[in-house]
Amino acid sequence: MRFGFSRAVLAASVAFCVTAPASATDLEVTHWWTSGGEAAAVGEFAKAFDATGNKWVDGAIAGSGGTARPIMISRITGGDPMGATQFNHGRQAEELVEAGLMRDLTDLATKEGWKDIIKPASLLDSCTLDGKIYCVPVNIHSWQWLWLSNAAFEKAGVAVPKNWDEFVAAGPALEKAGIVPLAVGGQPWQSAGAFDVLMVAIAGKDVFMKVFGDKDETVAAGPEIAKVFKAADDARKMSKNTNVQDWNQATNLVITGKAAGQIMGDWAQGEFQVAGQVAGKDYTCLPGLGVNEIISTGGDAFYFPLLKDEEKAKAQEALASTLLDPKTQVAFNLKKGSLPVRGDVDLNAANDCMKKGLDILAKGNVIPGTDQLMSQDTQKQKEDLFSEFFSNQGLTPEDAQKRFAEIIASAD
Amino acid sequence: MSETDTKRPSQLFRNLSAKIASVPMILTAVFVFVGGTAWTIFYSFTNSKLLPRLNFVGIDQYERLWAAPRWQVAIENLAIYGVFSLVFSLVIGFLLAAMLDQKIRFEDTFRTIFLYPFALSFIVTGLVWQWLLNPDFGVQAVVRSLGWTGFDFNPLYNAQIVIYGILIAALWQGTGLIMCLMLAGLRGIDEDIWKAARVDGIPTWKTYLFIIIPMMRPVFITTLVIIAAGIVKVYDLVVAQTSGGPGIASEVPAKYVYDYMFHAQNLGQGFAASTMMLVTVIIVVVPWAYLEFGRRQRG
Repeated sequence: MRFGFSRAVLAASVAFCVTAPASATDLEVTHWWTSGGEAAAVGEFAKAFDATGNKWVDGAIAGSGGTARPIMISRITGGDPMGATQFNHGRQAEELVEAGLMRDLTDLATKEGWKDIIKPASLLDSCTLDGKIYCVPVNIHSWQWLWLSNAAFEKAGVAVPKNWDEFVAAGPALEKAGIVPLAVGGQPWQSAGAFDVLMVAIAGKDVFMKVFGDKDETVAAGPEIAKVFKAADDARKMSKNTNVQDWNQATNLVITGKAAGQIMGDWAQGEFQVAGQVAGKDYTCLPGLGVNEIISTGGDAFYFPLLKDEEKAKAQEALASTLLDPKTQVAFNLKKGSLPVRGDVDLNAANDCMKKGLDILAKGNVIPGTDQLMSQDTQKQKEDLFSEFFSNQGLTPEDAQKRFAEIIASAD
Repeated sequence: MSETDTKRPSQLFRNLSAKIASVPMILTAVFVFVGGTAWTIFYSFTNSKLLPRLNFVGIDQYERLWAAPRWQVAIENLAIYGVFSLVFSLVIGFLLAAMLDQKIRFEDTFRTIFLYPFALSFIVTGLVWQWLLNPDFGVQAVVRSLGWTGFDFNPLYNAQIVIYGILIAALWQGTGLIMCLMLAGLRGIDEDIWKAARVDGIPTWKTYLFIIIPMMRPVFITTLVIIAAGIVKVYDLVVAQTSGGPGIASEVPAKYVYDYMFHAQNLGQGFAASTMMLVTVIIVVVPWAYLEFGRRQRG
């Protein structure tokens, strides 16, 4: 609480300094893209927006979404809104929209025909509340990837696996060679995310939608999910020697061959690229763990707080259409390592793994992201459960499943 | 009797300027502290999510709170951390103070060294001890490199003992302050008492235990409250050292409050948890207030 308040004060004071000397068409945009690749990507947005005659005032907040969101929310609810702000599209800003603090973009959306250009349609659906559109999706990030270090498997003397079962089978050989089979960092969202990925791969799309979409507790307590917990049990045994916290440190273990694999979203790809590794040669990516080639379509979106200033409101509109511009979409997503939200743009420069993702997207094998399906509250409870499950071998899969079913039963 | 009767009206106007000067602080205390507390307790009975809403759900938030394994772990950790930190800070702090009180040379130097860690924030302390206790870089690695290859000291990645790893850092940071308070208490004891005890032939340890410590009662009570307040609000140390891990093994109540209020966007749950923390504080403060103020009135 102390922290929230002091951060809010800090944020408010920073905002004051930034906005005070600003002219009418300056627009402050807050986001949490601060790593090297992310900052380069957001620079593309700024460039494109400045070209419209307005000025992008960068309001980057370091420390990832968990730190940034409380600051953004307290600024909006505290009456000091920025011009535009990033959220993961889904339900993070739901209550701000309900409280009437966010701007309705429906007119602009119908004029520019967002319904026809944004693919998959679920992206725009999660921006929609009561038939009105409140946000602009900018990219698609999918969780369902298994990243493998080719060098690690060579060292252990086993072939690079093509699916999850082969990977689990290779576990003992890897351990013998002194390699951690699966890297899972200590941050709670990583273990919760890994479980969701296992669920899609092992139990399939329908079960995933029943549990997280319909919040069906009988399915959550049933035999399909029991199988998933078994796989998660394998996963935690394979990951027990990962002594790192952050996801990129875990990815680094795979890059250096100290760990053989990692279940992580496609943002991990940026790390491989920065390290100068080549897909297919140095590392292998298995979408849907090589079992079920399905990807989730979570990602980032921009929301526009309701402002009184007419000029700024116009600038907001200009920004919204800039974000969806085909050229901006390509430039941004290539640097970010994510997939564009438009089906009609050309991504020739994409690497092998991104192309795999685009293929799956084109086939329509997609599911909504968990951020779109569940409230932050439920997500947090899930994180608590899985971070305990992955670190405490004494918690049996059966008990964990019981608790999982309880969370689903009370989910919203 | 008649004397007290004539005194009473003057009580209100005595030190009038001081009383007027403290009005802003009284108002702050009433509106910000008491008002904020009442507001928090009030809204802990609602299902407020991201924004406060008046939708009452009775004690649902409390039921969920006490059913949550993470809260139970947090309370258990607080109890372990609390008991050990109270006992060890008092014992170590008093022993250090008693040693410094032996009129040793370089007393100022030692005092500065012991008090220095207190100048660091909990975040810095946490980060320093995170490295010191890291198995690959810290104490374990150093001892192993000296030849004891079987040496095992890895508290931060072991769920069973991780809270003790945090306790070590907290004691390192906080004991110096306790030592200074104790030293001030010891210096407040009249020299004549020591002389009298020596004349009577009482051994030094007995003098400390049965004469000096009982005389230092007010100092002990102040120290107790300072330590207890530090225990209940422990948050930054855990965030810096383990961020609650491994898993949820080193979670504490204050972190639960922050995480559920801001990350989970569930104000109701966070309010319920902070109300429970307030209850803990009241359990600590009420006996103290009773001892302090109740005694004075009787006297």
